[in-house]
Amino acid sequence: MDFISVSQQLAIGMITTIELFLLTLILSLPLGLGVAFCRMSKNGLVRGITKIYISIMRGTPLMLQLLVVYFGPYLIFGITISSSYRFPAALIAFVINYAAYFAEIYRGGIESMEVGQYEAAQVLGFSKTQTFFKIILPQVIKRILPSITNEIITLVKDTSLAYAIAVTEMFTLAKQIAASEATMMPYFVAGVFYYIFNFIVAFGMEKVEEKFGYYTNK
Amino acid sequence: MKLLEINNLRKDFDGLEVIKDISISVEEGQVVAIIGPSGSGKSTLLRCATMLEIADGGEIKYMDDYLVKTDENGKEVYADRETAKRIRSNFGLVFQNFNLFPHFSVIRNITEAPIYIAKQNKSDAKKTAFDLLKKMGLEDKADAYPCQLSGGQQQRVSIARALALNPKILFFDEPTSALDPELTGDILKVIRDLAKEKMTMVIVTHEMNFAKEVADYIVFMDDGVIVEQGKAQDVINNPQSERLQNFLSRVSN
Ligand SMILES: Nc1ncnc2c1ncn2[C@@H]1O[C@H](COP(=O)(O)OP(=O)(O)OP(=O)(O)O)[C@@H](O)[C@H]1O
Ligand SMILES: [Mg+2]
Repeated sequence: MDFISVSQQLAIGMITTIELFLLTLILSLPLGLGVAFCRMSKNGLVRGITKIYISIMRGTPLMLQLLVVYFGPYLIFGITISSSYRFPAALIAFVINYAAYFAEIYRGGIESMEVGQYEAAQVLGFSKTQTFFKIILPQVIKRILPSITNEIITLVKDTSLAYAIAVTEMFTLAKQIAASEATMMPYFVAGVFYYIFNFIVAFGMEKVEEKFGYYTNK
Repeated sequence: MKLLEINNLRKDFDGLEVIKDISISVEEGQVVAIIGPSGSGKSTLLRCATMLEIADGGEIKYMDDYLVKTDENGKEVYADRETAKRIRSNFGLVFQNFNLFPHFSVIRNITEAPIYIAKQNKSDAKKTAFDLLKKMGLEDKADAYPCQLSGGQQQRVSIARALALNPKILFFDEPTSALDPELTGDILKVIRDLAKEKMTMVIVTHEMNFAKEVADYIVFMDDGVIVEQGKAQDVINNPQSERLQNFLSRVSN
């Protein structure tokens, strides 16, 4: 089994991994902002519930969350689950997990903003929404980019956990081939794939950070 | 014409009374300096007048619009949204630490509110901004970012930002306090020029000589009340109360 043929066999899985990765990001980054708002809500109930949600997401293994999301509908409600639910289940689990982490990052960024920025905007007549999206959020994004990069790199590796519910992502396929052909090659290919994937992610994020580098605070 | 009238204003923070029964009025074209020791409530007064703090008692009125007044039950009633918006367009505020938007260029700091709030067209707003920058001696800094400017330059940009909305009255809260001494002169000159153009201004300042020179009227606050007020020369040269005499002798040292 040479590198090329294993890669070809794993290609389908690579695509699934990339899909899972991209969809998780696209959904959890905005959702995380919403969660951050709930976490900072004036309403104590909303704030409390969000706090519990975040602490569960951060305090339990992602693998366990995957199993719960996938098998939960059957074990709790007796709904029969089909194999087509595997990918959506993995996506849901990743999104709600990552949204919680992103929410805490957003919150840290938002709370680090100087009150003077809000006051200057208010005096100039900006509404609360305009202030947030024009003045606060762009600065928050610059501040939290390094933490976001860390999370995204972790996400690349975390996608392999989807093998726990037999999503045919790359790692699942690699395991199958390795077992049936008795060779290390699939693991090697998988390692190279994740490494290159993260290399590209890190490079992309570096470019994004450079884009925000045109100013510094003070 | 009276632009601003404040009657019997009160404000406390968790039971600590910071503004106790303050009344002042500001005429069009007048330059009022507010002086007083640290903690006397000067910033709080400006912040109440500019809607950054909620008053606990008394009235604030801009021309014909009440920002806040006391109803027959003694409750403070604030203006509705529309009125508040109209009132807000009457004043500008210059902060001690500038509070420029670091992610916007100088020109965008100045034009953002005129374009998106006052709905001016872009080229008019830009033209106004360039004129203002010229006046501030910063016409070559339009595309710079705040982080590339000195404190004095940043403060001049923030004055331009406030002026771009064409306010009837401009508040300053210690506009030179965050600056190195050699940079304060630039700001004082800008304010002096504005005074010559009959810009109505209310300036909290620790610079007594400047207050005496540029202000028509001086208000001396201590411990949340106005202890003395009057024509600038009189207040500085001929203080009546012991508290003002002590304060002046302290700051002149
Ligand atoms: N948000 C706040 N919460 C609680 N106390 C406050 C708040 N803002 C101001 N104070 C208190 O109110 C008093 C008056 O403060 P203020 O900032 O108005 O004084 P000031 O005259 O502007 O002083 P300075 O010359 O030092 O700027 C101070 O005792 C201050 O500690
Ligand atoms: Mg002050």
